[in-house]
Amino acid sequence: MATEFHNLQELRHSASLANKVFIQRDYTEGTICRFQTKFPSELESRIERSLFEDTVKTLNNYYAEAEKIGGQSYLEGCLACTTAYLIFLCMETRYEKVLKKISRYIQEQNEKIYAPRGLLITDPIDRGMRVIEISIYEDRGSSGSSSGSSSTTSSSGR
Amino acid sequence: MYSLKHLGVAEPMRECEYSQISTRSSTPMESPHKRKSLKKKWQAFQGRNKFYCDGRIMMARQTGVFYLTLVLIVVTSGLFFVFDCPFLSSHLTPAIPVMGGVLFGFVMGTLLRTSFSDPGVLPRATPDEAADLERQIDVANGSGTTGYRPPPRTREVVINGQTVKLKYCFTCKIFRPPRASHCSLCDNCVERFDHHCPWVGNCVGRRNYRFFYMFILSLSFLTLFIFSFVITHVILRSHSIGFLSALKDSPASVLEVVVCFFSVWSIVGLSGFHTYLIGSNQTTNEDIKGSWSSKRGKDNYNPYSHGNLFTNCCAALCGPLPPSLIDRRGYVLPNTPLPAPPTNGITMYGATQSQSHMCDQDQCIQSTKFVLQAAATPLLQSAEPRLVTEELPLPGRTSLGGPCPSLLLGQPTPPTSTPSLSCDGEIIPPHPSHPPEPPHLHPHAPHHHHAPHPHHHFLTPEEAPSPPGMLPCGSPLSHSHTVPFYHPASQDSLHEDSVRGLVKLSSV
Repeated sequence: MATEFHNLQELRHSASLANKVFIQRDYTEGTICRFQTKFPSELESRIERSLFEDTVKTLNNYYAEAEKIGGQSYLEGCLACTTAYLIFLCMETRYEKVLKKISRYIQEQNEKIYAPRGLLITDPIDRGMRVIEISIYEDRGSSGSSSGSSSTTSSSGR
Repeated sequence: MYSLKHLGVAEPMRECEYSQISTRSSTPMESPHKRKSLKKKWQAFQGRNKFYCDGRIMMARQTGVFYLTLVLIVVTSGLFFVFDCPFLSSHLTPAIPVMGGVLFGFVMGTLLRTSFSDPGVLPRATPDEAADLERQIDVANGSGTTGYRPPPRTREVVINGQTVKLKYCFTCKIFRPPRASHCSLCDNCVERFDHHCPWVGNCVGRRNYRFFYMFILSLSFLTLFIFSFVITHVILRSHSIGFLSALKDSPASVLEVVVCFFSVWSIVGLSGFHTYLIGSNQTTNEDIKGSWSSKRGKDNYNPYSHGNLFTNCCAALCGPLPPSLIDRRGYVLPNTPLPAPPTNGITMYGATQSQSHMCDQDQCIQSTKFVLQAAATPLLQSAEPRLVTEELPLPGRTSLGGPCPSLLLGQPTPPTSTPSLSCDGEIIPPHPSHPPEPPHLHPHAPHHHHAPHPHHHFLTPEEAPSPPGMLPCGSPLSHSHTVPFYHPASQDSLHEDSVRGLVKLSSV
């Protein structure tokens, strides 16, 4: 995690907490993990709508893949049951594998798309899968107010 | 801190840091101490749970009945193996103790797995999230009600054609996902909350429901197994020596029969009940409340059911096992937004920041660069690279310019520890208003709801508005979090210094 980040963040954090955008969960399809693709108004000037929607849709697809109930998950479940779940001492569950893919994807998105626009996405797993937290950094030269920020890395403390 | 020493600015920074955190030290030699002072997340956990084995095991607060369960199972099975199995294996078949052993092992395994695992606890909202939600709610309700709790907050969502109300949890400061519920005993919101089971000493929720079901199923088989074979044993013995003598010869059998007889009815009944629940994809909570019962309305149906029995069963028992959301064994990092910010907000935050240089330095560099690419370009004109000395007056920014230029410039000093251990994170103590055992929560503990099954206390979780005693704590908490950071007087100097920080970094 960026040490400079932390320090900058705390400054910005101290100045204004209001500019973090939270993408909430979309429960219309039940309890599976899905985030709303509605484009928040705070990001209108910061990023193109299509890029944002692509990111969220890809994340939703990843989560759907993780929670998919199908042949592979049944096999994994039965195998785990027969080995009294000891197999998970040596093997990762499919969900965990997909979560790793997700955090790599988020990091890549941050590097390529969001950071150059002064935004940062927090991995939802760090927020209990409740929200996608997007921190907005504002250009100090252009406006007086600064924005809040958050710890962004998915690797810290996990 | 290595980099501080390299920059030669350790002295003044140490002065600033010293007054805030006694466990902090700027010398590299004291890193082991720093690491010892790092708290793990389970130690700072907000719910009323007990943790063992350094956070690997998680149980509810009251575990007395769980030990009773263990004792009953172990003693009864032990008596069976010691007193009945020798006779049975010699007169009938040695497969009996073997099968008994397998069943017993399975029962114990699933019991321990149910009791020790995280049932699917939802971590509480970070202060920023809570504030954001509050704002949204205020906008929706039209705020202005101070002095008493506003009406319960709900959101409606349509799931598969059914309108489901999502309730706001005042304790966890989140809108509960569908099927989640707040357990008043454990003081946590749990996903797909089934019930709180005192017999296993834990909540039963999304992550441990299948283990719970297999526990009661295998326990039913074990109980029936022991019951039937003990009776067989007594009958076989009484053929030769008479009934009463047979009983006298193996008195343990009497005890086993009594225990098994009373257990069979409840455990088998419970297994049947949960088989029905699994087949219809309902939780105990929903069944008790009659959420999807047709008595509520003609169009009332369960939106979560997959339609057929087989799919429902497979989904419940063999579906993917989600990971724990609460990350018990991770370290509390100083900048991790914890739900209960400390009272001495400004000093804690300010001081902790200076300690976090060594965290994930490679990522630090990369991500810093990327953000600054976006943010720093117009600032290049107003460059004033003499950053370090400017930072000293405010403790929170002592290390702003310090370590990073050295990191960006050179070979970054290799991380002194693995990323997960990296941060010399400050121990953020739980808020004094939220002591581990808040007295006003205790009245909830003996508050058991009437159970339809003799052996089980189904504790229908309340909607759990936080007890009145907690509310006054709640608002000053969020205020204490924000207010110390926003001093209008010093905002300008803060801005200036952060500008300098940005410039310094971007110019490297």
